[in-house]
Amino acid sequence: MLNFATRRFGLSLLILFVAVTVMFLMIRAVPGDPVQIMLGPRATPELQAQLTAALGLDQPIWKQLLIFYGNLLQGDLGTDVFSGRSVTDIVFQQLPYTLELIFASILWSASLGIALGAYAAAHPNTLIDRIAAAISVSFVAAPAFVVALLALLVFAVHLQWFPAIGAGEGFWDRLDHLVLPAFAIGLSWVGYIARLVRASMLEVMGESHVRTARAFGIAERRVVMVYALRIAILPVVTVIGVGMGFLLSSAVFAEIVFARPGLGKLVIDSITTRNYPIVMGSVLISTALFVVSTALADLINALLDPRARTAH
Amino acid sequence: MEKSRSELGQIIVGVARDPLGLMGLIIVGVIVFCAIFAYWIVPYDPIAMDIKSRMQGPSAAHLLGTDQLGRDTFSRVIAGGQVALKVALPAVFGAMAIGLTLGMIAGYGPKWLDNLLMLFFDTIRSFPTVMFALAVVALVGPSLQTVVFVVMATSIPTYGRVARTQTLTLRNSEFILAERSMGASMARILGVHMLPNIIGVLAVLAAMDIPTVIALEAGLSFLGLGVKPPTPSWGALLKDGYSLIRQTPWLVVGGGLPIILATLGFTFLGESLRDVVDPKLRKQR
Repeated sequence: MLNFATRRFGLSLLILFVAVTVMFLMIRAVPGDPVQIMLGPRATPELQAQLTAALGLDQPIWKQLLIFYGNLLQGDLGTDVFSGRSVTDIVFQQLPYTLELIFASILWSASLGIALGAYAAAHPNTLIDRIAAAISVSFVAAPAFVVALLALLVFAVHLQWFPAIGAGEGFWDRLDHLVLPAFAIGLSWVGYIARLVRASMLEVMGESHVRTARAFGIAERRVVMVYALRIAILPVVTVIGVGMGFLLSSAVFAEIVFARPGLGKLVIDSITTRNYPIVMGSVLISTALFVVSTALADLINALLDPRARTAH
Repeated sequence: MEKSRSELGQIIVGVARDPLGLMGLIIVGVIVFCAIFAYWIVPYDPIAMDIKSRMQGPSAAHLLGTDQLGRDTFSRVIAGGQVALKVALPAVFGAMAIGLTLGMIAGYGPKWLDNLLMLFFDTIRSFPTVMFALAVVALVGPSLQTVVFVVMATSIPTYGRVARTQTLTLRNSEFILAERSMGASMARILGVHMLPNIIGVLAVLAAMDIPTVIALEAGLSFLGLGVKPPTPSWGALLKDGYSLIRQTPWLVVGGGLPIILATLGFTFLGESLRDVVDPKLRKQR
């Protein structure tokens, strides 16, 4: 197990290293002088030279890469061109908002999805199962940003049940501001998780420990809830870990639609002002988040199912 | 040839017998029809401005109202379908072709090449899709080609991995070993003998991938980083509707519903195709 964990995290580090290097080289390979783009056409040559030196762009490319990695290892992602603040500070100031949103989305969608899937599996091929299946497929088909826009239109603008803008102050206000964006991100997951749990429930229900529990005369309700469901929700853990990338992507859109602070809003704002250090920093952090959560999902999977350890 | 045609016929009949599949076929059919004949269907020029009748609600003259520049929303929705497919089809087929080639090489070629290609796939997959798209757009600027490139790049690994797994399971089967012992080249083995066994699975994946691609194009256009105005895209409709959500809410509905419908249609079609082509796949997902 330890062997598997080391290999898996080694692979993650390698992937992260290649991804970051590619990102770095891509930014340097862009046609046009980044300094000129940032300062605009009317900047004086002195100002341009000053910024070029400040960004380290006068060094050869391999040296820039080395300096970049040296700084990265010290937790330094560079400096914001306009405000002069550290990119690490800016990104980590926004990150909690995004994580809060992702967590809320997973929480409600997984709870509902598991309940729906378990119910459908306990009553297979009934009308309710069929309806749940149809709803599941339809939910899966709803892109988060479209749901976000329609939810904004109906619940915030038209009915005015929930706030349309921002993240709020204080616990209850923040929760109030989370409802619509978390709804939009989580909706497609409800259907996905429900289908997953239903399928794995049906498989587990046929296994011997469930049959034994039944044979002991344990109430059907308890058999389903305790003995079958506990095993059947394991795939959900993996799916959420691997789905971190989708969740992050949806969060970007939800943050824009609801004008919430967060990584997504930070990136979009930085793109329009061509603030490369911030774009780079945010993409790096979100990629790291994704890579780590995928690795964790693999580890949990391997911990629970020894067969997965040799599959890679 | 005769045999494969009847096989294709059987697949279509199989999909049409499944109620969800039939629904998918109809929705996709309508969208494709509207996209092909958009020029004859639209009641107004989708990019013609008419300031006098700007921001009008739905009426008999303008079924879905008009936007802030007086453009007819219904015409833009229809023309937007054409743009969506223009991005989705080349991107999906391009990604499938490249992923298939790389995946087969990874599965059949030497071990070091396999490792290298897998690292390449894993690296691309490690970027959250939208973040990758945003980074690329920030660097090379928004355009239709950028969107196609981003979509292709992000979905190559999916096709590549499936093609690789299929190739790995087939590479030691008897008909491949027989071919190899007769001295067939790698290109011949992969192109003539492997390909027909893999392509069906990939086609199902492609059908299920199209909605993701349509949503990504619309999403980027919504952020103002996709196709350039005044090109009518569903995402651009949403963008206009979002900025004036209190004045022209019908734009949000007009841009949002076709995306949901298209997603539904292709998902139904893809799932039904999967069940007909290869019922085993159902368990793998």
